[in-house]
Amino acid sequence: MKISSWQPFEWVVALRFLQEGKVQTLFIVTGIAIGVAVIVFMSALLTGMQSNFVNRVLTGQSHIQLLTPKETAEPLDRHLSGTKTLSMSIIQVPLQRFKSIDQWQSLMIQLSGMPEIKVVSPAVSGSALALRGEASRSVTVTGVLPVFYFKVIPLQEKIVAGQANINSESILIGTELASDLGLTVGDKLRLTAANGRQLLLTVTGIFDLGNKSANSRVTYMALRNAQSLFDLTGGATVIDLVMNDVYQAEITARKIAQLTGLQADSWMKTNEQFFTAVKAQTTANTAIRFFVALSVGFGIASVLVVSVVQRSREIGILRAMGITRGQVLRVFLLQGGLLGLGGALIGSAIGASALYAWQHYMRNADGTVMFALKFDTTLLFQTLVLATITGLLSAFAPALRAARLDPVVAIRG
Amino acid sequence: MTTTAQFQQNAVPAPVLQLTGIRKSFNLGQPNENEILHGIDLTLQPGEFCAVIGPSGSGKSTLLNTIGLLDRPTAGSLRIHGIETTSMNDTELTDLRGHQIGFVFQHHHLLSAFSALENVVMPMFGDAGFVTLAMQERATALLDTVGLLPWLHAQASHLSGGQQQRVAVARALVMQPGLILADEPTGNLDSKSADSVFELLRRVCQEHRTAVLFVTHNPLLSARCDRTIQVVDGQVIV
Repeated sequence: MKISSWQPFEWVVALRFLQEGKVQTLFIVTGIAIGVAVIVFMSALLTGMQSNFVNRVLTGQSHIQLLTPKETAEPLDRHLSGTKTLSMSIIQVPLQRFKSIDQWQSLMIQLSGMPEIKVVSPAVSGSALALRGEASRSVTVTGVLPVFYFKVIPLQEKIVAGQANINSESILIGTELASDLGLTVGDKLRLTAANGRQLLLTVTGIFDLGNKSANSRVTYMALRNAQSLFDLTGGATVIDLVMNDVYQAEITARKIAQLTGLQADSWMKTNEQFFTAVKAQTTANTAIRFFVALSVGFGIASVLVVSVVQRSREIGILRAMGITRGQVLRVFLLQGGLLGLGGALIGSAIGASALYAWQHYMRNADGTVMFALKFDTTLLFQTLVLATITGLLSAFAPALRAARLDPVVAIRG
Repeated sequence: MTTTAQFQQNAVPAPVLQLTGIRKSFNLGQPNENEILHGIDLTLQPGEFCAVIGPSGSGKSTLLNTIGLLDRPTAGSLRIHGIETTSMNDTELTDLRGHQIGFVFQHHHLLSAFSALENVVMPMFGDAGFVTLAMQERATALLDTVGLLPWLHAQASHLSGGQQQRVAVARALVMQPGLILADEPTGNLDSKSADSVFELLRRVCQEHRTAVLFVTHNPLLSARCDRTIQVVDGQVIV
């Protein structure tokens, strides 16, 4: 191989040293590549899984739900006297009355003006009994304005029979409820509320929310119908919000609760266990990345330490020729950086291939993709930079050792 | 100002090497302090070919390492082309060593990952940071001088011992140093190769007016040098 005029001294020497120690170089590059492939694959897998879970959770619910605050009972003496008298009392928890959010129309306008909120949708939600012949099922009735609500939950995408058509005479029901009550599109369904009011509606669509329990319980109808069923003319018991950034939901929920006095539940709060699992996964992923990077770093350092020992005589000769300590330092730092970068490039290719294989072979029973994995170019770039920096940092101690070698001792070997 | 620049500005011709009262001790200030060189005085003129003889352990290698600026003397004065080196820092010493001193070791010490040509180019490459065509031409001419033109691109490790030592001679000369330190360069060669390397070194150094300190145990070779100094127990006996 010929030295080109554009190649700097340190680059040429570092490359030749790596080329000469072929087996060592091959082993450490393979080690780094495996580490990087694990990082790339695991990160994409976990990100894919998380985004898949989040999507599944959020396709069935809003990001924030505003409800009327719960009524609480407090002993009177706490308000009447400022004394520290301790009174023994039993406080009975009050019944939660079914009531509308006060001034919900003006609140909607106010919420629509908040930059972090994308969609505001009012609803009336309550329990009723669905009756057909002798069969009956307890259901949750959600009365919505389709123009807003379909932006919260894209029901039109979940329809398996009929249409997502909500008008004054129609109702949408889940697949399980349809099966339980023997309903198909066009059939009539009677709903009875606790107050005795009844509605007779036509099933215009059957949906699948991807959850058996939800499919047997949830029903959707026009807001006016629900208001009429629950005797809440002009009212709304729930306001659903969709955020621009789903992960800001909890912060915004707290802000709104403070401003309005309403109960504001973010999707993070209502799915706390799921969110804890997501956090645990993220922490585990970070820990895996850290330990893989650590082992890659130690691998590079150990190989270079051995290389410095093996090449001490050559280092001595270079120093005798007038090569400076700085040049020797850079030769070994470059080797570390090159090992890191080379390993990362190969590792990224392996990781990408593994992701492709996953997408290709790991399928659901029906042949659909288990969940979409994305090969993130930002992650790839970060991995390359991090691996190179890890290589440089790992090479620092061996490089310093090489630069500090006494040429007399080094030449003597 | 760099040492090279100092050297270039030195208008008055000075001896290539001037040692005055050079002492070298190891483990200085410790109970096991050991003085190897006991006040050595030595002067070498340009083009002078001087043999250094002496029994093993007499301090020849320590003397060469000290002169080669690889080791610092404990006391005394060491001048290269009239420039005092004992007060220089490591960077200045490295610069002066790279430009003014060439080394030929007993074990040729070539860089095995590089070809013969690349080994010879290496000191210029390290100095400039990049390779130029002029450097390659100069190295090729030197390898031609030492009779290795056909092996220009041969890997250093594929050459015979004699050939490797010739490459080492060419490498020592490539920076056009004023002084070459040859530490038993023929010690590991058969008599024919040893004679050939000796003659080559002598001829090329005469042509380039390069002073040579040639350590040898071979009395036949030392007899053919301009002068011989003997090192015994860390002292020079002329």
